[in-house]
Amino acid sequence: MREIGLAAAVREGMVQAMRADPAVIVLGEDVGKFGGAFHVTHDMLDEFGPDRVWDTPISEAGFTGLGIGAALTGLRPIVEYQYLDFIYCAMDQVVNQAAKIHLMSGGRARVPLVLRGPQGATGRGAQHSQSIEAYFMHTPGIKVVAPSTPYDAKGLIISAIRDDNPVLFVEHKLLYGAASPGGGKALSDSAIQAIGMDVPEEPYAIPLGSADVKRPGEDVTVIATLLMLHRALAVAEELEAEGVSVEVIDPRSLVPLDVDTIAASIAKTNRVVVVSEDVSRAGVAAELVATINDHCFYDLEAPVQRVAAANTPIPFGPASERHVIPQVDDIRAAVLRALSD
Amino acid sequence: MNTATEILRGPVDCAGRDPELLRRMFRKMLEAREFEEQLYYLFLTTAMPGTMHQAVGQEAVAVGVVSALKPDDTITSTHRGHAHCVAKDVPLNDMMAEMFAKREGSCRGMGGSMHLTDFDKGMLGAFAIVGSGIPIATGAALSARVRGSGQVAVSFFGDGAVNEGIFHEALNMASLWNLPAIYIIENNQYALSMTVAESSALPDLAARAGAYNMPGLRVDGNDVLAVYQATSEAVERARDGQGPTLIEALTYRIRGHARFEAAGYRPAEEVEAWKAADPIERLAAGMLAQGIATEDELNQIRAQAEAAVEDAIAYAESCTDVGAEDYLAYITAEN
Repeated sequence: MREIGLAAAVREGMVQAMRADPAVIVLGEDVGKFGGAFHVTHDMLDEFGPDRVWDTPISEAGFTGLGIGAALTGLRPIVEYQYLDFIYCAMDQVVNQAAKIHLMSGGRARVPLVLRGPQGATGRGAQHSQSIEAYFMHTPGIKVVAPSTPYDAKGLIISAIRDDNPVLFVEHKLLYGAASPGGGKALSDSAIQAIGMDVPEEPYAIPLGSADVKRPGEDVTVIATLLMLHRALAVAEELEAEGVSVEVIDPRSLVPLDVDTIAASIAKTNRVVVVSEDVSRAGVAAELVATINDHCFYDLEAPVQRVAAANTPIPFGPASERHVIPQVDDIRAAVLRALSD
Repeated sequence: MNTATEILRGPVDCAGRDPELLRRMFRKMLEAREFEEQLYYLFLTTAMPGTMHQAVGQEAVAVGVVSALKPDDTITSTHRGHAHCVAKDVPLNDMMAEMFAKREGSCRGMGGSMHLTDFDKGMLGAFAIVGSGIPIATGAALSARVRGSGQVAVSFFGDGAVNEGIFHEALNMASLWNLPAIYIIENNQYALSMTVAESSALPDLAARAGAYNMPGLRVDGNDVLAVYQATSEAVERARDGQGPTLIEALTYRIRGHARFEAAGYRPAEEVEAWKAADPIERLAAGMLAQGIATEDELNQIRAQAEAAVEDAIAYAESCTDVGAEDYLAYITAEN
């Protein structure tokens, strides 16, 4: 094995899926000759040619619709958004069309379509920093996948491509380990212990809807995805030295959600913190809190702690951005609150 | 034709045309008309749930276009889609059962009037958000190219849809990549209450094709053979790798926008003038004029179409109502 970052892992999963199945194509802005703004589609045009890798105009709604039409007629398109903020331009196609066609057709139509791209706050201001997945969790008919490690990303993208439903596949820029547009240094975050990890070279699939216990513990459960998973792990590491045992769970897919793994953990620890980078109001963490109340209420010994972004457009100034986005210290404080009741 | 207000009334020129094709077109247009006339009565008696949008008066567009296609060519339709389905050979029984929300319906009772779909017939779906089917048909055209299937994809949409941004995005890509797509603007003169002139800065909608470097033609949409001819040429170009075509078919929505909408925003004389240009009667007149059919033969076809719709209603009434939990099977697809 060799160590690779998340961008390379997603790329490898896509390339292997494309080699295995000629129906898999890629559509998006600058995915061909430029190799993708974050290099996730690097060299794909050379290997697969312009009938499999489509450099589109800046027409998010349009190329999303093309992906849907192609998915309805025998292909398995992967649509890349340069930044997931831009998927909002395609809301009608995603929400009114892709998500609903299977039901509207009485199950006769299938939309095997992957919608993927980078998100997360990285100093780019309000329109290139959002975490967008809650909108699509609110849209029945779409699966929502959010990997936090290169290993998970490869196994999950392969499952997403093989799935017969639209799948939103959310990637975090700070986990990529790839240069940003314009060729800056690889992005990273101090909470991340290693941007790369061992990833098997052969193809493998991780089923959608299976959570992973990233760190076993006894005293309190922390549920987090994407970058927040790494910040939660950093908190767990810190607190271990202080005699607190934190279990960290990565749902990996938010729709479908592996409630069993979450419930089993809470039955053991009786205390839980949910962490998400999207805004707090009606967000991912809010949904997790409600789900925990539905399934685990009588196992709880303390109120569920919710840690999520402030209800604001994301400001550019680094100090403000840090204030808005959950930091290691915010998660640590929430864990201690969960333990203090 | 030069302007949207010029209404052509004469018989369709059937000289030298295949009588079988003409009889089939006549029958299909009648089926579509009768289907919607009966729906109207069924809604009046409250026997039918939901709502519907009639294409009465526009049948020549659906039938003329689809007659130029092969069975495995694909189409996308709109909220006003019954005639497209009839033209594409979606069984009347399945359509009617869907209207009645029956399990045997073309969408198992999950779609209704605005979402009729039949993959077996190349009917990819009726998309009831205005303009939203345009990129989906374009994607089907892209898929046909990638798979090397030789199929052509057609998108039907109204004059209102050309003012959605998605029209621009999809047509640009189709032309950029020479995709085998055909775009049919069914210009029925009104987007609910808004005339073309009130909503489009350039009322010559076919001229928009110029912005995408593709051929754009305007045809008499109440002349089924004119529509057929224009589409046939577009199909030939598409199959030959020469890319997409935009066709504006001028027609008229004889009824209101939806179900019982009275369309009081239209001058009575305008409606009467278009009624006199009925596409079915114009084809009948053309067939009679060329001696392709006798009045008796045409009446026989009329009776057959009526009987087919009557049978579809009887069939639909005998079907099983959708159950409360049927939808659970259709939220996500199992691999």
